[in-house]
Amino acid sequence: MIKPMRKLSPSFAFVLLAIAALFAGPLAAQSLNIDIVGGVKTATPIVVVPFAQQGGAPLTTDIADVMRNDFNRSGKFRSLDKPSIVEFPSQGADIKFATWRLLKQDYITVGRVSDAGGGMLKVDFELWDVNKQQSLLAQSFTAPAGDLRGVAHQIADMVYQKITGVRGAFWTRIAYITAVGLGNNTTYSLIVADSDGFNPQVVARSKESLLSPAWSPDGKKIAYVSFESGNSHIYVQDLTTGARQLIEGHSKGINSAPSFSPDGSKLAVSLSFVGNPQIFVTDLSGHSETQLTRGGLSINTEPVWAPDGQSIYFTSDRSGKPQIYQVSAGGGDAQRISFQGQYNAKPSISYDSKQIAMVQGNGNVYRIAIMDRSLGGQVRFVSQGPIDDSASFAPNASMLLYAATDGSRGVLYSVSSDGLVRQRLALAGGNVQEPAWGPYREH
Amino acid sequence: MNKTVRVALVALLCVGAAACAKKQAVQPQQPAQEQTTQTQSNETTGKYKLGDLDTDACLRQRVVYFDFDKTEIKPEFQQIMACHAKYLQDRPTSQVRLEGNTDERGTREYNLGLGERRGKAVSDALQAAGGSASQLNVISYGKEKPVCREHNEDCWGKNRRVEIVYTAQ
Repeated sequence: MIKPMRKLSPSFAFVLLAIAALFAGPLAAQSLNIDIVGGVKTATPIVVVPFAQQGGAPLTTDIADVMRNDFNRSGKFRSLDKPSIVEFPSQGADIKFATWRLLKQDYITVGRVSDAGGGMLKVDFELWDVNKQQSLLAQSFTAPAGDLRGVAHQIADMVYQKITGVRGAFWTRIAYITAVGLGNNTTYSLIVADSDGFNPQVVARSKESLLSPAWSPDGKKIAYVSFESGNSHIYVQDLTTGARQLIEGHSKGINSAPSFSPDGSKLAVSLSFVGNPQIFVTDLSGHSETQLTRGGLSINTEPVWAPDGQSIYFTSDRSGKPQIYQVSAGGGDAQRISFQGQYNAKPSISYDSKQIAMVQGNGNVYRIAIMDRSLGGQVRFVSQGPIDDSASFAPNASMLLYAATDGSRGVLYSVSSDGLVRQRLALAGGNVQEPAWGPYREH
Repeated sequence: MNKTVRVALVALLCVGAAACAKKQAVQPQQPAQEQTTQTQSNETTGKYKLGDLDTDACLRQRVVYFDFDKTEIKPEFQQIMACHAKYLQDRPTSQVRLEGNTDERGTREYNLGLGERRGKAVSDALQAAGGSASQLNVISYGKEKPVCREHNEDCWGKNRRVEIVYTAQ
């Protein structure tokens, strides 16, 4: 899958070939260990009845399990434990509502899987309001047997939207970096997985650091930084073809921190060939660079586009310590927007621009803080520290991913945006870092 | 190729042990006196020559440590700056890569900037003492290449460093 576009020295090419030989074909990455911690008393109770199976080979995916995990880690729902489910209706007509009212459930989903022939499965599901005994959703999917997790996430998204009024973001993907091994024997991998950490696939591997993956708005490409040439360089890789393009490779200074514009035509980046790290916008078709920040000796980095594409948020230490600033996408004076906390860096912006997540450091404790701009810049913490890094909002801002350390190991957490429910994604014998939540997927 | 490997190995040995520079950080006065003597003897006998990187007590020190969030070169490292600057001056074909590093706190990208700032501080000091800009190349690894992975000040102090790596002797 790694198809570097630049010329390789013979010895390096050999190493790449050797790696390719070891991991031929679509590269399945090492699975993450996933546990959910926490829970919310105020969350909406929902029962997800195991799907009935009508004929065909045994299924490798339990759709209801996938949906229950989605609901639980969202913090918005609390799904009834599987052992507490005492009846197994598979369609609305079979639901005995009194049973579920007694178990204090507000909503129930039922469904069934049948063989649609040609390796395809038909999945029917219904969502019912337990108290009103009213059907809220009824839908069928036809999907390959290997994509039942995808179907489960899409059903969970529909239920989530029907009940909360907000589009679900379970059927999305995440990107992250794994680092396995120590010192010069470390192997870095850029991985893309489902939003719940399942189905990890290797996008790129390197013996040198990889960092800062950033999704294109259509979810088809990832920009990232690799040190494989010796210095930091920015690449954009197509996830379907594996074709890769070098976007920024100035031999002098840092080439880092890519962020796609909302229309996908440009990258905001941080480049220091001019002397100190400055924010630039690079046009992806012509590679023309426009410098947005100028002068001084400060570090300007971690640019990220406002959802409307009109401005760019970034980290700068022009006032001493790093803080978050906002500048027009056309350039001009930058406005400081973070004032609470000694150290604020790496902004992630919610889809509606109302919330800005950042790494906030106070003393030796670095946590993920969310600033709500509609509440006058007030900040709430959604992580516990002490060395948390790199927050990334889900496309519906209901959850975030961030990096943390557990002992000497790097792990990821997904956390509900109220900070109450947390899911840990860890790699046995390795580090997971630099999470980036991908955009919505289109059917 | 062999030469590059050997240089890298020597650099690694020094980094791995980190003994010389660390000792100096703990007891700044005594080693500083030793180096003064060493440098003086070099000055009296003339210019640095090929091989001195492996044998000269001052030149063998290739790591400069920094305080938290700081880029100033501490007084105890001035002697190292002086002997490396002299070597660069005495051997104009020599080349150095200055690798800037930070501790684990804060974001990766901001730390890349911080590591570069430290690398430049060493580059500026070497130039001020007689080295040429064309012999110096700064690269920042930020917090990507820690030499110590515990979460305490002792460990962080070992990671906040610039490594002086000779790419041509």
